[in-house]
Amino acid sequence: MSETVADVSALIVQTLLANPKVPRDINGSSKIVEDLAFDSLAVMNFVMEIEDSLDVSVPLDRLADIRTIDDLAACVVSLKQAT
Amino acid sequence: MSIFSKYDGLAQSLAAVTADGGRNPFAVVIDRPLSSTVGLIEGRETLLFGTNNYLGLSQSEAAIEAAIAAARTHGVGTTGSRIANGTQGLHRQLEERIAAYFQRRHCMVFSTGYQANLGMISALAGKDDYLLLDADSHASIYDGSRLGHAQVIRFRHNDPEDLRKRLRRLDGTPGAKLIVVEGIYSMMGDVVPMAEFAAVKREAGAWLLADEAHSFGVMGAHGRGVAEADGVEGDVDFVVGTFSKSLGTVGGYCVSDHDGLDLIRLCSRPYMFTASLPPEIIAATMAALDEMGRRPELRHTLMDNARRLHAGLNAAGLRTGPQASPVVSVILDEVDQAVRFWNRLLDLGVYVNLSLPPATPDQHPLLRTSVMATHTPAQIDRAVDIFATVAREFGLMRPAAASA
Ligand SMILES: Cc1ncc(COP(=O)(O)O)c(C=O)c1O
Repeated sequence: MSETVADVSALIVQTLLANPKVPRDINGSSKIVEDLAFDSLAVMNFVMEIEDSLDVSVPLDRLADIRTIDDLAACVVSLKQAT
Repeated sequence: MSIFSKYDGLAQSLAAVTADGGRNPFAVVIDRPLSSTVGLIEGRETLLFGTNNYLGLSQSEAAIEAAIAAARTHGVGTTGSRIANGTQGLHRQLEERIAAYFQRRHCMVFSTGYQANLGMISALAGKDDYLLLDADSHASIYDGSRLGHAQVIRFRHNDPEDLRKRLRRLDGTPGAKLIVVEGIYSMMGDVVPMAEFAAVKREAGAWLLADEAHSFGVMGAHGRGVAEADGVEGDVDFVVGTFSKSLGTVGGYCVSDHDGLDLIRLCSRPYMFTASLPPEIIAATMAALDEMGRRPELRHTLMDNARRLHAGLNAAGLRTGPQASPVVSVILDEVDQAVRFWNRLLDLGVYVNLSLPPATPDQHPLLRTSVMATHTPAQIDRAVDIFATVAREFGLMRPAAASA
C-alpha cells in the first residue's frame, strides 16, 4: 500500500469536515491550530482518528513540527514508509 | 508587547467565568479546616466535598503528634536533595515502610507525587524507547513524557484493545515499551481495567507503570490499589503514587521489585535536583500509613459513602459517571451553567471542584465531588439535598427524577 501525501491530505480534510464545527473552506495548506481553532487536546484527539483510519501511530513529539494539514499528511506518509 | 500578551485568551476566559459577580473558582480560600469534612470558607462553615482526603487522615491525631515530635527532634527541613545532604535516617525508614506495605523490594520517595511521575517516566523511557499513555492521563504523566526523550504514543482511555492495536504497530521495533495507566482517574472516578491491561502487557513483552494516586488506600483488600484488587500486582512493574491523598500529607513514591530502581536515583532529575521531604512530613506520613493499615474499616466506610453519594446525586436527576467511586463527578453541558451551579453550591455551604475543559474528558464541564470515610451519612444527604435544590433552581432535573 502506498498512499501519496495528496491522498492522505484529502483523507484528513474529509475526516475534519465530518466535524460540523470545522470551517468549510479548509484545504491542505490550512493551519491546524490557527485555522481550525483546535486546542492541544483537540489536535491530539483528531490525530488519533487519523491514526486509526490509516493504521499508523504518530508519536506526540512529531506533532510539535506540524502546522498544516499537508505537514501532517507528509508525516504520516513517512511513518508508513518507515514500517 | 507584554510578555503576558500570549495569555490574553486565558484572561478573557477567566473574565467570562467571573463575569456576573461569580467567584474565581481557582482562588477559593479555605480559611481553615474545622475537621476533615468541614472548613471555614468566607466565614461560613462549609461541607468539604472536593478534597482528596479520602480517609480523612490529614487530621489524624496520631499523624499530628508524630509530626510535632519529629520537628522537635529533627527540625523542620533538610535543606538539600536526596543525593546530597537531604537523605536522613527518616527517609530511608519511610522507603522501607512503603516497600513493606506494598510487599515490594524497593521504594524511592520523591518530594511530591507530581515529581514521582515526572522523575520515573522521564528516566525509565529513554531515547530509543516508547511510552504508551492513556489519553486521559494526569498532567504529571504528560509532563514526564515531555521531560524524557522517548517516542510518546497515546491510546484511547481505558481501552486495552486500542493499546493492543498500537503495540502491534510497534512489532519488531527495538526499544522498551512502557505502558502508563492510572488506578482511578481523578476527573471522573472511573477505574482502570488493570487485569486486561496486564494481559496486553504480558503478550507484548512490555513494561507497566501504574499511577495509583487516587486508589492507594482506597482499593484492594489492604489498600494497595487497583492492581491488588484485580490480583495482578505481579504484572505491574512500577507503582507510582502520592501521600497527598489517602495519607493526607505530601510526597510521592515509586515501588518496584526491579533492582534497577536504585539506578534511577542517579539519573532522575526531579529526584536529584530538589529538596527532600522535611522530617515532620515523613513522620506524619508513617503514622498515617500505620493508621491506614490498622483501620481497614476506613476503606469500607469510604466505599459505602461513595455509593450513597453516587446514588443520591443520580436520584436527584443529575448525570454522573457510571461507577460509584470516591470521586463522583456531575457532568454538565455548558461552562457558564457549571460556573453558576458551582457558585450556588458554595453559597449554600457545599464545596466541590469546578473542572473545566480542556482539563476534563470529552469537553464537558464537571462538578467534581469527592467523599471521605469521615463524612457522616447526614453530611452526604445534606450535600445531595443542596445539589437537588440547585438542580431544581436551574431546571436541570432529568424527567425520570422530576416526576419521582
Ligand atoms: C493521577 C495523579 N497523579 C499524580 C498526582 C500528583 O500528586 P501530588 O499532587 O501529590 O503531587 C495527582 C494529583 O495531583 C494525580 O491526580
